[in-house]
Amino acid sequence: MRKATLLIIFVLLAVISFFISVGVGAVKIGPVDIARSILYEKDTVNYQIIWNVRLPRTIVAALVGICLALSGAILQGIMRNPLAGPNIIGVSSGGGFFAYIILIIFPQYYYLVPIGAFLGALFATLFIYSLAWKQGALPTRLVLAGVAVSSLFSAGTNTLMAFFPDRVHGVLGFMVGGLSAITWQDFRMILPYAILGIILILFLPNKLNILMLGDEVATGLGIKVEKTRFIFIIISSLLAGAAVSVVGLLGFVGLIVPHIVRLFIGSDYRYLFPGAIFFGASLVMICDTLARTLFAPAEIPVGIIMSALGAPFFLYLLRKKEAM
Amino acid sequence: MAIETKNLQVKYGDKLILKNVNFKVDRGEIVTIIGPNGSGKSTLIKALSRFIKAYSGKIYLNGRDIYTIPTKEIAREMAILPQVKHVSADITVENLVSYGRYPHLKFGKRLDKNHKEIITWAIEKTGLSKLKNRYIGTLSGGERQRAWIAMALAQKPNILILDEPTTYLDISYQLEVLELVKELNESLKITVIMVLHDLNQAARYSDKIYVLKSGESCQYGRPDRILEKKLLKDVFRIDAHIYEDKVNNCPYFIPHKII
Repeated sequence: MRKATLLIIFVLLAVISFFISVGVGAVKIGPVDIARSILYEKDTVNYQIIWNVRLPRTIVAALVGICLALSGAILQGIMRNPLAGPNIIGVSSGGGFFAYIILIIFPQYYYLVPIGAFLGALFATLFIYSLAWKQGALPTRLVLAGVAVSSLFSAGTNTLMAFFPDRVHGVLGFMVGGLSAITWQDFRMILPYAILGIILILFLPNKLNILMLGDEVATGLGIKVEKTRFIFIIISSLLAGAAVSVVGLLGFVGLIVPHIVRLFIGSDYRYLFPGAIFFGASLVMICDTLARTLFAPAEIPVGIIMSALGAPFFLYLLRKKEAM
Repeated sequence: MAIETKNLQVKYGDKLILKNVNFKVDRGEIVTIIGPNGSGKSTLIKALSRFIKAYSGKIYLNGRDIYTIPTKEIAREMAILPQVKHVSADITVENLVSYGRYPHLKFGKRLDKNHKEIITWAIEKTGLSKLKNRYIGTLSGGERQRAWIAMALAQKPNILILDEPTTYLDISYQLEVLELVKELNESLKITVIMVLHDLNQAARYSDKIYVLKSGESCQYGRPDRILEKKLLKDVFRIDAHIYEDKVNNCPYFIPHKII
């Protein structure tokens, strides 16, 4: 019962975050006007602002939050490691490296960055998985291979930056993660993966719960451990890759959101997944609102806000919960 | 025959751990596997529970080759409690037990009334009714082990495999777990295969004892035939005196020195 209440609170949080994110800016729009514009009023200034500027950005922020939070929640489960996040399976480093190649060496093809980052993320994941494979891919080996491959890609990225110092400025936005030029195009890019993620939570929480009991117990309960783990890693990589390709390297969300939700709601994935969806969406929407309004008209990348606010809040929660 | 292996060989990397194991367990028996460290006890358990694949030879479950049976079907017939298991401290006992129903669940289906009755039954059977809403993290070692056994029971298995179920437990909890296992064997006719380190406990709670030495079977039989001076010397390198426990009607020994 208590878990259900917490879930409702997370849902409310997401709704409130949505209205704040759409409503706050150079022109302030109240919740009633927002609802009216979205539902039926078509010919007002508010409608123009909401549909062309605010709404795509808010919705993409929410979807990015959902994708990263689910990705992190899955990885922390299958690795049985609370520090696992999308970075661990090379999503950030792989996606980042491919994006940098395009941005720095072939800047004229900048529009290929999303698809490049996406493929890079997937490639890095498969590379790590094959390195870790030895009659099965144990979580510890996956983590180690992930760390090694990540530093390999980072080395590549740094090499690029060293050879083209004059072009580094252009990639800064991608590196810290930002939502400044989001359009409906990005929405269409990320939507399928977010939907995939949500379908996933309807069918797979039991499998993940059982995988958490250890490989042997899971085998005993009739789970094909290696196959299931591989499927989860691929889904996780798809989710994070889609998010990274749209907003850049915002992997931190994938680490802290599942963690925070877990502190409140527990490790049962039947609750953790929906909790992560709503809290992930809320957090990115709110942080993005801060990113574009704190120093308006100037805008700072959402990744900076996320780390600056998220890290201390996370540490505070961790200490408080431990004391209890 | 509940479980049978024929010329079973198992490798870890290049190393042959089980060399030629022919192991048979009849329905309704409690069979304990004993042997010194490194003799392959856990490996045999892992092979029986299809966690490690056999290098050669066959494993039969109720007469069928285990590798031809869908893994979920095996899980409905045979429950396994390995040594290494993890559980988040914030999962409740009832929650953990409910995972035992997984092999009986169809894809995407939820636990209905029938499943819940079996979960309640498993919790009652292991004496955990009062603790069912407690978090695993707050339980004692013995209670936690009983919760795992309840999870295995919720699978409604005919065969229960336990790898060192008493390790890390105080003596009273050790007896509690073994008494529970015996009770389940008697009341539900569950076939039990387990690994124990304490030979006296093995003698007391088993119908038969299977002795492994360096990956090969060296003796198999009733406790009073296994717990003998010569075997203890040959396999465990100890000089011991054998006595009879008149209360529990089984042999027991006291070790004197290492040979």
